Amino acid sequence: MNARAEITAAADANRGEPLVALIGNPNTGKTTLFNQLTGSRARVGNYPGITVERRTGQVALGDRSSIELLDLPGCYSLSARSPEEQIAIEAVLGLHAMPRPDLAVVVVDAGQLIRNLYLVVQLVELQVPLVVALNMTDEVDPVPDHDGLAKLLGVPVVPLVASRGDGVDALKNAIAEGLMLAQLGAVEVAYPQALLDDVAAVGAALPDGWRRSPPHDRALAMWALTSIDEDDQLHSIPAALRQSVMDSLSSERDVDAEVVTARYRFLDEHVQPLTRSDDQSPSRSRTLTEKIDRVALHPVFGFAIFILLMLVVFQALFSWSDPAIGVIETLFGWIGAAAQAHLPEGFVADIVSEGLIGGVGNVIVFLPQILLLFLLLGLLEDSGYMARAAYLMDRVMKALGLHGRAFVPMLSGCACAIPAIMATRTMERERDRLLTMMVVPLMTCSARLPVYTLIIAALFPPSQVAGVLPVQGLLMVFMYLFATMVALAAAGVLGRTVIKGRRMPLLLELPPYRLPTLRSVGRQTLERAGVFLKEAGTVILVCTIALWALLTYPKPDAPQPLETVAVASWQHHLPDSATSVESVDVAQLADNGDAVAQWHADKLAGSLGGKLGRAIEPAIAPLGFDWKLGVGIIGAFAAREVFVSTMGLVYGIGADADEESKPLRDRIEADKHADGTPIYTPLMGLSLMIFFALACQCMSTLAVVKRETRSWKWPTFLFGYMTVLAWLFSFLVYQGGKMLGFA
Amino acid sequence: MTLAEAALDTPVVVKHVGGERAFRRRLMELGMVPGTQVTVEKVAPLGDPLELRARGCALSIRAAEARAIVVESV
Repeated sequence: MNARAEITAAADANRGEPLVALIGNPNTGKTTLFNQLTGSRARVGNYPGITVERRTGQVALGDRSSIELLDLPGCYSLSARSPEEQIAIEAVLGLHAMPRPDLAVVVVDAGQLIRNLYLVVQLVELQVPLVVALNMTDEVDPVPDHDGLAKLLGVPVVPLVASRGDGVDALKNAIAEGLMLAQLGAVEVAYPQALLDDVAAVGAALPDGWRRSPPHDRALAMWALTSIDEDDQLHSIPAALRQSVMDSLSSERDVDAEVVTARYRFLDEHVQPLTRSDDQSPSRSRTLTEKIDRVALHPVFGFAIFILLMLVVFQALFSWSDPAIGVIETLFGWIGAAAQAHLPEGFVADIVSEGLIGGVGNVIVFLPQILLLFLLLGLLEDSGYMARAAYLMDRVMKALGLHGRAFVPMLSGCACAIPAIMATRTMERERDRLLTMMVVPLMTCSARLPVYTLIIAALFPPSQVAGVLPVQGLLMVFMYLFATMVALAAAGVLGRTVIKGRRMPLLLELPPYRLPTLRSVGRQTLERAGVFLKEAGTVILVCTIALWALLTYPKPDAPQPLETVAVASWQHHLPDSATSVESVDVAQLADNGDAVAQWHADKLAGSLGGKLGRAIEPAIAPLGFDWKLGVGIIGAFAAREVFVSTMGLVYGIGADADEESKPLRDRIEADKHADGTPIYTPLMGLSLMIFFALACQCMSTLAVVKRETRSWKWPTFLFGYMTVLAWLFSFLVYQGGKMLGFA
Repeated sequence: MTLAEAALDTPVVVKHVGGERAFRRRLMELGMVPGTQVTVEKVAPLGDPLELRARGCALSIRAAEARAIVVESV
């Protein structure tokens, strides 16, 4: 409950500035309106105890006053079953130490008036001071009678078009006025008497802290009656209230239908005339949407479009972000070298140039992919296409036990797990997000490719299967398929064991297509990048420095003269290093750098990391690995592709060795056990690739999971289960292979 | 008959919404209360889910859940 206390404290510190909650159905332009109202200032925090983001921003209200605006998650109703849904009612009523808003602005889609007003009826019944923002009035003709609506509900109604900013000033005035008048409104819904009796009984069990006024208490009791049952997942519901609801529910009647039907009867009767249109005439955006859907949901064209769009997403992460990544790497390499040259030689120069600057580079290097992915996700989401993608793919994803929206994160995982894990937040349920986060790191990210390339090139001579199929290419394809199969199997197993959760029936709204506004998408993209830098970035930075120190200290005396051959590139994360590492002229390196390279090898062997590599040798020996690989595996924790440059160091070739480096391949091929048998056999190479496919050798992944789940529990679990999985599969491959006579 | 058996593009009227509580409550809250006219507009290319139109709004549910919704012809 500490987190809750913090939120309250934060709210108290802000006292004097009224808190206004922004609430509304999904797809009503609520976020666009939030952005219009708050300009460019928003703070991204978190609701206590749950991984749902809490966005707030300051709004200046024309006169000298300003308010704090809280953007609530989109919801169709206040009734709740899960902790995610419970946020809405708690935030709007100020329950459980959440700050109570002074006013709520409820965003309503003018084209979906009756359905959207269901939420408004609930809010009016709960006696929340309200202003109704009647949005998207440009999409309906005629515009609903907002004066009649205001009269019917007893609260102000402001027509607006949030995407264009029309009516936003009028809304600000209405907010200022609403804060002074605090109009509560009233609706006369005709509930059956038997229901009202139940509500009265439940109302008697409400805790004192929840009571406010008779109408409010009645509405809250009705909320409890329709939300609580024997297997809800709500938290902090007093036992007496729960018991009282259970007693009432045991009757034969269907209270849910009674409540919902009565409200819709009220809306149909009184609001239908105010829409000034008959029920059946579809709005303009609807007819256009139907035309688009005839193609977008077509059995052939629909999937073609889907595949095309996903290819664009994949290309963006895999290739388009490459130039920017290259620039960042070059820049940080250059800054590091400059720092090394200008600082007096010694510890400070080392930690600044290699630890600190390298670490910051390690964080920044993810930005191109994160920005691109969230830009594309934002466009897909805001245009309305994401719901169609979920609709098209539901059958497949259901069979895999994954949420329909898990597709994009899984695909993105083939480029890099960091943006992919961040993309899981398009799923509302914590359980779906967690499950996806736990399997995305198994997908073959581009950082594994240099490792595979080195191993395959060094240990598997180019040859053909059946005369045509190249062995090396086949192995690469096999690694992709293997990892994908394991990821899907892991989703199946984890979804039934560790991350169990009720299978939710699919209930998806297919909103009308709308043109996304670049402003809204761009802002969300920048917000995401900011959160990554601030929260995951610090963890990555600290880990980079720690790992660097581990592999550097204690340090032997430097040889004379020490060339700055290897201003170690090991800590430079290269998500697609195959194309971005500049090959070093290895022959020249061998000429004048042998002593230096040998010194680097000795340095690494004598470091804590080197000792650790020897210490874990017994654990990895059954997989066919020796201590040098142990060091490589430890070094690869900074990022998998670092394995290649670490191996370059271990073998005294220099950190600039890449997977194309001939001497490194040769040394690896030639290295022998004490008894003279080669260490590196094709079998051991396969074992090593399997290990890299399955092990969570990436501290950045763990840092991002930590940030997204707000605890160390899930990154610890992720690291643990993937390491165990990797060890087991490598063990099976190596020992099994040996028994079958491959060696 | 149930909504799963309703013919494509033919309006029917909801008689009773069954199924798991949270799901049926949400479906009703989205406007599918008894008496509401609903049309099955499409079936997804892979055979599931269905696309429904009720109160001018497009919703998608799976056939398994549609079997718990009792409807009758207009």
